[in-house]
Amino acid sequence: MAASSLASRAVASLSPSISTGASRDDAGSSSVVGFHKRSSAFTGRRVRISSGHGSSAAHGRRSCVVAATAAPVKESPPKIADALVTREEGLELYEDMILGRCFEDMCAQMYYRSKMFGFVHLYNGQEAVSTGFVKALKKDDYICSTYRDHVHALSKGVPARQVMSELFGKATGCCRGQGGSMHMFSKEHRLLGGFAFIGEGIPVATGAAFNTKYSREVLKDLSVDAVTLAFFGDGTCNNGQFFECLNMAALWKLPIVYVVENNLWAIGMDHFRATSVPEIWKKGEAFGMPGVHVDGMDVLKVREVAKEAIARARRGDGPTLVECETYRYRGHSLADPDELRKPEQKNKYAVRDPIAAFKKYLLENGLASEADLKAIEKKIDEIVEDAVEFADASPLPPRSQLLENVFADPRGFGIGPDGKYRCEDPAFTAGTAEV
Amino acid sequence: MAQKVLVPCSSSSSCGKVQFSPSRVHTQAIAFGGELSQSSSRKNKSLALKAVAAKGETSAPVTAKSGHEILLFDALREGLEEEMARDPTVCVMGEDVGHYGGSYKVTKGLAEKFGDLRVLDTPICENSFTGMGIGAAMTGLRTVVEGMNMGFLLLAYNQISNNAGMLHYTSGGQFKIPVVIRGPGGVGKQLGAEHSQRLESYFQSVPGLQMVACSTPYNAKGLMKAAIRSDNPVILYEHVLLYNLKERIPDEEYVLCLEEAELVRPGKDITILTYSRMRHFVLQAAKTLVERGYDPEIIDIRSLKPFDLFTIGNSIKKTHKVLIVEECMRTGGIGASLRAAIVDNFWDFLDGRPECLSSQDVPTPYAATLEDATVVQPAQIIVKVEQMLQGLI
Repeated sequence: MAASSLASRAVASLSPSISTGASRDDAGSSSVVGFHKRSSAFTGRRVRISSGHGSSAAHGRRSCVVAATAAPVKESPPKIADALVTREEGLELYEDMILGRCFEDMCAQMYYRSKMFGFVHLYNGQEAVSTGFVKALKKDDYICSTYRDHVHALSKGVPARQVMSELFGKATGCCRGQGGSMHMFSKEHRLLGGFAFIGEGIPVATGAAFNTKYSREVLKDLSVDAVTLAFFGDGTCNNGQFFECLNMAALWKLPIVYVVENNLWAIGMDHFRATSVPEIWKKGEAFGMPGVHVDGMDVLKVREVAKEAIARARRGDGPTLVECETYRYRGHSLADPDELRKPEQKNKYAVRDPIAAFKKYLLENGLASEADLKAIEKKIDEIVEDAVEFADASPLPPRSQLLENVFADPRGFGIGPDGKYRCEDPAFTAGTAEV
Repeated sequence: MAQKVLVPCSSSSSCGKVQFSPSRVHTQAIAFGGELSQSSSRKNKSLALKAVAAKGETSAPVTAKSGHEILLFDALREGLEEEMARDPTVCVMGEDVGHYGGSYKVTKGLAEKFGDLRVLDTPICENSFTGMGIGAAMTGLRTVVEGMNMGFLLLAYNQISNNAGMLHYTSGGQFKIPVVIRGPGGVGKQLGAEHSQRLESYFQSVPGLQMVACSTPYNAKGLMKAAIRSDNPVILYEHVLLYNLKERIPDEEYVLCLEEAELVRPGKDITILTYSRMRHFVLQAAKTLVERGYDPEIIDIRSLKPFDLFTIGNSIKKTHKVLIVEECMRTGGIGASLRAAIVDNFWDFLDGRPECLSSQDVPTPYAATLEDATVVQPAQIIVKVEQMLQGLI
């Protein structure tokens, strides 16, 4: 598959109002994505910009290279003073990506040791998207995810212990063991889920963004400026809820960023086999919002796009659709034999490992030493080990927990034959009450 | 008597303790102005009205001179308006609820009063705007989602089942979903199959949802207010043909109890359980039955999920016979569940099997004769009650 031709750097249809605040390069092009002279050295690849759209032949190779909007940009060697992040920021990003990778690897181990069950969808390879976006948020901002949500939860600040416990189905999990892998929620960290059906989280995210607008315009509380991020995949972009929400968000200029993690596969369905117009970023324009494509294996590029899109939302200028080209190194889930993806494609993305690339960037730009990075890796190892130990030692939920959270107001269980509310039955908390 | 309610702690993950919160029942269940309280019917059956309640005369406990006359759609609007004025986080979203005032005028005038954001005209995308209402509710608002016709909410089934019903549970109690999903449903006058759906049964099994059906202006307003104040997701079923029902309702503010049934007419011969439009058919049949010397006890169950087993049980213990009259389909309908609950709980008090008159398992036909044959008619109710009371079945 010509997946690599998706790796275009060109900027898509950004409306003119967006580019305020972002740095412009000498070519005068909009600089939100793709034209970072410095970061092009990050992946060691030459910037290549085609002059037109690739052909879309019926068989196999469909090229999705997008026309550039400006003259080609030449590479220049990186300088420390031109680095895109500070040392502190760099280390924070690195640590977050290592946490994501290490945690997911541990999940695989634990799954095969029968400590966690069901459907577990791992995020290996996509860390740059979660880190790049979520670390650009403030604490009050919301994120909403799908079933591939462990790393989003970790990036947002949900403690590893709570996520691991939830995966083990223990009472100390972030959802008391009631959600599981696909339903991570955290009120404290503003994680709105964890959804098993693709697409169903997008309206929920849109509702959170609506709340921000409502708080400001109806409740007149200008201290509320929460932005919401909705994460979902390429398969979801053929779902009705995706389009319906793009429409509403653009209509009402909701403070939301729709982040597409296009890893080219929806279980065994190749994106190109499922999608008539595979350039997802183009669909933003159909709804009057900017559609941006970014290299999702490059945490600095993602971060740059993220900052701009989040700032745009926070300003009140409305939503952005960001398509991150990324790849998952493991199968769809731990139950997926992953037989359909060709080794050539996997290898092509294996060499673009976002963690390896960022490590190289930090070292080459003198932002960190090998010792620094090793220390971080060791720290994360310990955190993840501790999370496993904690989860192992935690109790399973007792029977009494069964009915407690069905209703926020437990009078919803109704009035029993004796005239008392069911929930007043002493057996209710024992979980043995009849409801 | 004060009700102590066990309220599970809804804060984050590790809290599983329950606490007593004695005041909670009172704020919601007791109307302001005690003697007007419908919800005290459980404790003192002071609602006995005239022996025969004719169609149009309802159980609103007001004298002839006090209160104000109102049509049902306006009573809903009044309840909604009062709640929106009381709590600025209450908002409405749906198709044509704003500038158009609602396809059945339930939101008439509200957009002018509260603004376009609080009475939001949505594009036609039920699943997404219902989900949006849920997301807004999770993060702090109290949304009222209107389905222009209840049937349209089938498009929102994903959101209603998975998100409204489940998120409080799967989040371990972290997020509550105080959303009211409402709209006109039921069989109308030759509206065709898709606009004449009886959806009570479809959402019935979804864990985490409460369902109520209004049938009079009095209970419409009271249930609307109660549903909005509830922290649970509530589906409020309105009926297309009841919107112009007129009744005198109190001027004072009142809120009804979501979980309680309404004793419409006390009696001793037979318990008739009904809801929504069928309540009025039952009352119409009751006129004839009373003339023929029978004494039916009529209960509008109002709460379709959960059932008020106290009111229902007390009645069955008195009459030993029960007939359910519903507009729902026979298969898997409210009647089916109610029969099971009655058999489970009150078997020893029954003289015969609980009977049920339901609508036919057909898509509502357009032709008037066929449509009439689809739903239960008063004549059928009379026949059935007589058969039961004469021991013929």
